[in-house]
Amino acid sequence: MEKIPILKLGDFLLVTIQVDMHDRLALALQDDLSTRVVSSGARGVLIDISALEIVDSFIGRMLGNIAAISAVLDAVTVVVGMRPAVAITLVELGISLKSVRTALNVEKGMELLRQAFEPRSQNQ
Amino acid sequence: MTPRQESLQIDSGEKLVAVRQAVRAKAEELRFSLVDQTRIITAASELARNTLQYGGGGSVAIEIVENGTRRGLRLTFKDQGPGIPDLELAMKDGYTTGGGLGLGLSGSKRLVNEFTILSKVGEGTEVTITKWK
Repeated sequence: MEKIPILKLGDFLLVTIQVDMHDRLALALQDDLSTRVVSSGARGVLIDISALEIVDSFIGRMLGNIAAISAVLDAVTVVVGMRPAVAITLVELGISLKSVRTALNVEKGMELLRQAFEPRSQNQ
Repeated sequence: MTPRQESLQIDSGEKLVAVRQAVRAKAEELRFSLVDQTRIITAASELARNTLQYGGGGSVAIEIVENGTRRGLRLTFKDQGPGIPDLELAMKDGYTTGGGLGLGLSGSKRLVNEFTILSKVGEGTEVTITKWK
């Protein structure tokens, strides 16, 4: 069965969704990521959805679930790269993804994750 | 030239991807704006999933329609499932009998220009949406 690859980058996991996912594939990703967060001891999960042309309520719910599950497992999830048309449609559909942290691109998402875990030594 | 109308069976989860792709092709052909393309594809995805989950499978007809000089895309989802006993309730945000978010019908209505739903208990459901350019 096809699978969405999960890459480990230091303390973080990186997932780049590049295919139009059917529902079972989305659910498989949710399960795989949860398992990998625990087995790798990752502190952060970065999900790049810049290639996704739509996010419907199912995928929206999956993104919310991943954020909630990883929070329970002591990791922070950041969703990056959402296209403007996708953001408009998602909000009109009635999904606000309030519980999901977002960033404009992978670079800014990594920055957000690093800030979340770095000791605040720079401010001293 | 692509035909003005095509019909797809919705009988498995993989077919949702095929429906989205077929709707995208037609929306591109009509030169919908990127946001309108995204809206109609998303609405199609929601309704195709309803057809599969609640209707036990069915079909969608995808057609290009005209009204004077205006062109649009019309999608008709049909199933022979159990039907919806209370349409008013089913159209409410957050109401679900299937464990989802309850945004499929109400949410997709907000993404299109026209939305009609016909349902008869024991016979099935037909949802028609139209997006005008």
